[in-house]
Amino acid sequence: MSDRMRIVGFCCSHGAYSSADLAGVMRISYSPSVMIIRVPCAGRIDVLHILRAFRDGADAVFVAGCLEGNCHFEYGNFEARKMVEHAKRLLSDIGIEAERVEMFNVASNQAWRFPEIVGEMVSRVDKLGLSPLKKVIK
Amino acid sequence: MIIAEQKPLTEICRIVENDHKILVAGCKSCVAICLAGGEKEVGILAESLRLYSDLNNKEWEISEVVVERQCEKEWVREIGPSIEGKDSVVSIACGVGAQVVQELYPDARIVSGLNTSNMGAPDEPGIFLEKCGGCGDCVLHLTGGICPIARCAKSMLNGPCGGSQNGKCEVNPDTPCAWDQIYNSLKRLGRLNLIEKVIPPKNWIPSSSGGPRKIVRAEAVLTPEEKKTKEGVD
Amino acid sequence: MSSFASSLLCLQEGAEPVMQMTCRDRNRIALQSDLLGAAALGIKNVLCLSGDHQRFGNQKEAKNVYDIDSIQELQIFRTMRDEKTVWGGDKLEQAPNVFLGATENPFADPLEFRVMRLGKKITAGAEFIQTQAVFDIERFERWMSDVRERGLDRKAHILAGVVPLKSLGAAKYMKTKVPGMVIPDSTIERIRAVGDVKSEGVKMCVEKIEQIKSIKGVHGVHIMAIAWEEIVPEIVQKTGLYPRPNV
Repeated sequence: MSDRMRIVGFCCSHGAYSSADLAGVMRISYSPSVMIIRVPCAGRIDVLHILRAFRDGADAVFVAGCLEGNCHFEYGNFEARKMVEHAKRLLSDIGIEAERVEMFNVASNQAWRFPEIVGEMVSRVDKLGLSPLKKVIK
Repeated sequence: MIIAEQKPLTEICRIVENDHKILVAGCKSCVAICLAGGEKEVGILAESLRLYSDLNNKEWEISEVVVERQCEKEWVREIGPSIEGKDSVVSIACGVGAQVVQELYPDARIVSGLNTSNMGAPDEPGIFLEKCGGCGDCVLHLTGGICPIARCAKSMLNGPCGGSQNGKCEVNPDTPCAWDQIYNSLKRLGRLNLIEKVIPPKNWIPSSSGGPRKIVRAEAVLTPEEKKTKEGVD
Repeated sequence: MSSFASSLLCLQEGAEPVMQMTCRDRNRIALQSDLLGAAALGIKNVLCLSGDHQRFGNQKEAKNVYDIDSIQELQIFRTMRDEKTVWGGDKLEQAPNVFLGATENPFADPLEFRVMRLGKKITAGAEFIQTQAVFDIERFERWMSDVRERGLDRKAHILAGVVPLKSLGAAKYMKTKVPGMVIPDSTIERIRAVGDVKSEGVKMCVEKIEQIKSIKGVHGVHIMAIAWEEIVPEIVQKTGLYPRPNV
């Protein structure tokens, strides 16, 4: 399953993206299933981005912003959390498990945190199976 | 402005269940402000419907369109080409907008994706409150600028009732008691004399109990000649 | 059961009922025709109320009417009786000979407006006033002194409401769930402390009536024995109000 698994991670360039970068520098490995999309702030993410990721074949989506209180734009990470909650509600209405989307907070110096998040999402997909859309999307 | 909220997705899906080509039509006015039917919500609803369709093998073809105001014919005409060939149009304008689209395109199936609620205003981000009862005979000059028709659960004109407690309404402790607000407003304005007088039974003729209301501004009504010229343009 | 029907049953049993007419379920047309009917059938006392909101009942989905409010209801009924006309202006052959009452809640807010509003009700036509249940006697006394200050006790008969408490559960329910009801913690504590709640409830109610009797300007009490109607005779006897005292 893992070679077909696709996890989309919307990463804030200040925290999560740097954390992923640092993990690379420190040679901490994480699943190659993750596709990182760098965003200027997690608060940039809208429900629509999350839905579109699923329609494009993602099995899970996560949004990673800075630690609460550390957002470079004051409250972008809080906005992101609300968006993720909204997406969870919408996904379950649609018929997709809400656990396939999650919000995380990461600081740029937490090299271990990014691989941990990827691991968490991989294990969720392992448990839930590939996206139910995979069967129908050509 | 008009306040509305989206119907549950499952209900919308049920409404359009047997259709194939579906247009989601939004409106950039009131419903955009109350985050129910603007450009952004059109995108989210359309994408949700696509996901639902994929997941349930519905093979829906979902398209999107937004107009400035769905309640005005001039703007609605812009979406004529998008409606062509659609099995149904999910209007996420208010109930007014949806009906204007239906009137202009009587052969199209227009369904509403929103539940239209009230005439109100944004209170703080994400919170919208009803303000006006649309009774057709405004009493704000007597009530300190606060509408008892819309904002009192019993639409009392001589309130507050015995259920007013700590400034809150008995029906919902989240709701301020309108008559408590009216009393305090008139007190602030130095016009408590207004509340001492009994307001007699209201004339509800201008309200909605006589069927749909019609307002005519004679100076703006087109003469038959003007109409003919206009029709030529259209 | 409708108040109209139960009033009629009371009448048939030889009691003098106070018919309650709420604005929640009937518009001005229905209320006026009910009033004419009630008067024709011999019902003499009418209590005008806005009515508890349907949200507190067992049919929450119903649409309310609220064409008029209780004050406007008084105004309409008084016009029918004193001017022999229905609200639209048409003459009545016979005026409904009724005694008009209203309710007032001395414990609702805004406090400083409650007495002013009572005045509005009296101006509109109320001749007797039934108050919300009195548990907080001090607050009630304060309210009564405002009532006397405005001379309202001389313009209408004020009947204080009393409720015998049947159980701790009922007391707590009224304290938290019944709109407009104010029950001091001390009352709840007293109920909690005793073994025989019912006899304590009666005792407290009798005490309350005695306290109320001594307040100047109060002309009577009305006992609201909610789901405990059979206790009324005992309370009335214990307070010396039955057999009827000569005044």
